[in-house]
Amino acid sequence: MSSPTGGHTLHLNWTLCDGHGLCAELLPEMLERDRWGYPVARSGAATRDVPVPDKLIPYARRAVEVCPRLALRLNAPTRASAVR
Amino acid sequence: MIDMRTRPAQHSGAVTVVPGRLLSAAADTLAEHERRNGPVPWRGGVGPLLADVEAAGLTGRGGAAFPTWRKLVAVASGQRAVVIANGAESEPASAKDATLLAHAPHLVLDGLQLAAEAVGAREAYLYAKPGHALDSAVRAIAERRAHRWDRTPVAVVEAPPVFLAGEESAVIARVEGRAALPRDKARLAVESGLRGRPTLVQNVETLAHLALLARHGAGWFRRAGTPREPGTFLATVSGAAAGNAAAVVEAPYGIPLGDLLERAGVDAAAVGALLVGGYHGTWLPVEPGLRLPMSREALSRWDAAPGAGVVVALGRHECGLVTSARILGYLAQQSARQCGPCLSGLPALAGTLARLAAGERDPRLPAEVHRLAALVDGRGACHHPDGSVRMLRTALRTFGTDVQAHLAGWCTAHTPLESR
Repeated sequence: MSSPTGGHTLHLNWTLCDGHGLCAELLPEMLERDRWGYPVARSGAATRDVPVPDKLIPYARRAVEVCPRLALRLNAPTRASAVR
Repeated sequence: MIDMRTRPAQHSGAVTVVPGRLLSAAADTLAEHERRNGPVPWRGGVGPLLADVEAAGLTGRGGAAFPTWRKLVAVASGQRAVVIANGAESEPASAKDATLLAHAPHLVLDGLQLAAEAVGAREAYLYAKPGHALDSAVRAIAERRAHRWDRTPVAVVEAPPVFLAGEESAVIARVEGRAALPRDKARLAVESGLRGRPTLVQNVETLAHLALLARHGAGWFRRAGTPREPGTFLATVSGAAAGNAAAVVEAPYGIPLGDLLERAGVDAAAVGALLVGGYHGTWLPVEPGLRLPMSREALSRWDAAPGAGVVVALGRHECGLVTSARILGYLAQQSARQCGPCLSGLPALAGTLARLAAGERDPRLPAEVHRLAALVDGRGACHHPDGSVRMLRTALRTFGTDVQAHLAGWCTAHTPLESR
């Protein structure tokens, strides 16, 4: 839970997600699936932008690539503007 | 009991209006508007109005209360800006925007022109549902065109009569010609909105205030309200305790809710509870609810906010759980159906609350409601699930006694407790 994080986040585009669950398979430390199959962040209250510990960045990149709905985006640390 | 699936009347005949600054500056014709309020106080370029707006401390009146000058500055710093007057008013318990468009369209449209000038926009839109209010605004636009009153042409875009039609990204989508559905937001609308252009979406009431403050100054604007929350706002008060009629009342920020209800003609003794903020709002018990000021500062301690000024006064003999279940059923049905947790979760949540409200004596129901609420909260592209959960959670908090009562086979609204 307190893995070092440089501020990368995994953004979930909920309008595209269909609950296939490949992301939860690749990132079981970060994500599990709810009763309908949609990803839920294990830690804290993150629901749209999930913090990615540095050591999991390669797996997060893979999840972005394999998501059949292209519902994921890996965001590098920014100066807190932009994303709502 | 008010039928929550329908809206309070959209024509002024069935809505009582208690005017303040905005509606006393209303006019039926452009000529009367000019006599009463003078010409548009053009500033002659991009930017000069911004200092006045900042000094006035005007915030959005569409619900989020975002500082208006900050939005204007952000849009003004871009190229090819667009301004949109949001009059969709999809909240069933709100009637203030329709009232403004019906009675004071020239204030709203002046505000739209001044905002366009301030940000350098050459395109302006009015977005509203078909009906009496939009007809009035369309007539006003035609009058202004005939008299060359406007500098930026205004196009009218019709909003569909659905709950999410007024959500900012849904507004932009509809003006783009797509369906009025919320979008996943990669960037702020003020940076990249309509077709990637800097876009100012402003509630029609915000624009009406802008039209007056541009004429009378920031000092004038600040004469009402509180130092940190200046100005006045339009409230819509409705509910069984309000005789199942709606009243649109202008009041200063900081006014105690009890005083607001009195201005709206509601007998405080008839009120069982208050829903502040509309269908995505917060339930408050009458104690301390009636004493709380309508301000972000005071209401935030109760997870509430003035929002778009919507107050529903539940009657003392109405069951808050039944009313909440009905609202939640409507909210579930109004999902945009784009996001799984909302599409699946809201109906499940509404169904579970309905069972509790109907008096089903299953002691596992409250925990299941909380579990479903946690699965829905925050898990969607827009704040529809979040707002729905806030209404639900505050209902369970405010009507906690009823939750226990229902599980035991009775209801406080039908067998009032002495302390109520």
